[in-house]
Amino acid sequence: MVSPVLFWIIAAITVIPALSLLFARKAVHVAMSVVLVMVGLATAYVTLGAPFLGMVQIVVYTGAVMMLFLFVLMLVGVDQREDLKETIKGQRWIGLFTAAGLGAFLVSVVGRVSIAVADTPAVGEPDVVAIMLFEKYVLVIEVLGFLLITAAVGALVLTHTPRLRPRRTQLEVQRDRVLVGADPVNKPMPGVYARHNALDVPALDPQGEPIVHSVSRVLKVRSQTQEGEEFRAALEDPSRKEGDR
Amino acid sequence: MDPINFVILASILFAIGAAAVLLRRNAIIAFMGVELMLNAANLALVAFSRIHGEIDGQIMAFFVLVVAAAEVVVGLAIIIAVFRARQTISLDEPAELKG
Repeated sequence: MVSPVLFWIIAAITVIPALSLLFARKAVHVAMSVVLVMVGLATAYVTLGAPFLGMVQIVVYTGAVMMLFLFVLMLVGVDQREDLKETIKGQRWIGLFTAAGLGAFLVSVVGRVSIAVADTPAVGEPDVVAIMLFEKYVLVIEVLGFLLITAAVGALVLTHTPRLRPRRTQLEVQRDRVLVGADPVNKPMPGVYARHNALDVPALDPQGEPIVHSVSRVLKVRSQTQEGEEFRAALEDPSRKEGDR
Repeated sequence: MDPINFVILASILFAIGAAAVLLRRNAIIAFMGVELMLNAANLALVAFSRIHGEIDGQIMAFFVLVVAAAEVVVGLAIIIAVFRARQTISLDEPAELKG
C-alpha cells in the first residue's frame, strides 16, 4: 500500500505545476513547471513499484524531451506573444467547460470503481522488464525501432532547407572587399603597439600620430575613449610624465 | 492508500492537459498539453500494473514513452517548419490557409 502522505505530496507537485499550462504567460515558465510534473510522475512510478520506468521517465522526459522543448523555444524566440483574439466565438468558455466536464466525468467514474489490489506487487526491476521486453514483446520493440528511425529521418526532412544560392568562398569574400575599397587587412590594434596597454587609447603610428580608427566604435559611442593628444604632448615634452595628467 | 487514487490523479492531469490543448494558442504550450495527457495515461497504466500485480502495464507505459518521444521529435520539427514559413507559432495562423 502507498503511504497517504507520499500520495498527497505527489499530487501537489504534479497538479499545481500542471495548472501553469493554463495560467502561465511565458512558455519558458510552462516548460519548467512541466519538468516538475515529470519529476513528480517519476516519483509516483517508483512508489507504484516501477523503479526502472521512473528512472526512464526522468532521463527521457525531464532530460531529453523538455530540454528539446526549451531548445525549440529559444529557436523561435522566447518572446513569442500569444494572441488573445478568439477565432471561434466563445472558444475559451467552450474549451474550459469541455475540459472540466471531461475531468469531472473521469473522476466520478473512476471514483466509483473498486478493484481488489494484488497482495504481491510486481516490481519492475530492470532485469524483469528486460526479459519481458525481449521475450514477450520483442516484435513490438522491433516496430518501435522502425518508428524511431522514421521519426528521426522525418525530423531531418522537415527542418532541412535547400541551399538557394551557391556558397560564397573565402576568395570571393576577399575579392569583394577589395573591390569596394575596404581595408584589405585588419585594422591596427589600439594602445598595445604604442605606450599603452589599454583598449581605450588609440595606437600611435611611427610618426607619433594617434590612429583614430584603432579604437573600437562601441567605446566611442559610450564615450569611454581617451584622446591621443595628452600622450603626444608627453612624447614631445619628455620632462612631463604621463602620470601627471 | 489504495492505488486507484493514482488513477484519479491521472484523470485530473489528463483533464488539465486537454484544457491546455483546447485553450492555449501558442503551439508549443498546446504541445506540452499533449505531453501531459500522454503522461497521465502512463500514470494510469502503471497504477493498474500495481493493482493487478502484473508487469505488463509498465511495459505498455514504456511503449507509450517511446512513441511520445518520436512524436515530440516530429511535432517540434513541424512547429519549426511552420515558424520558418510564417514567423509565428500561433495555432490560429495556419487556419488562414483554408480557402
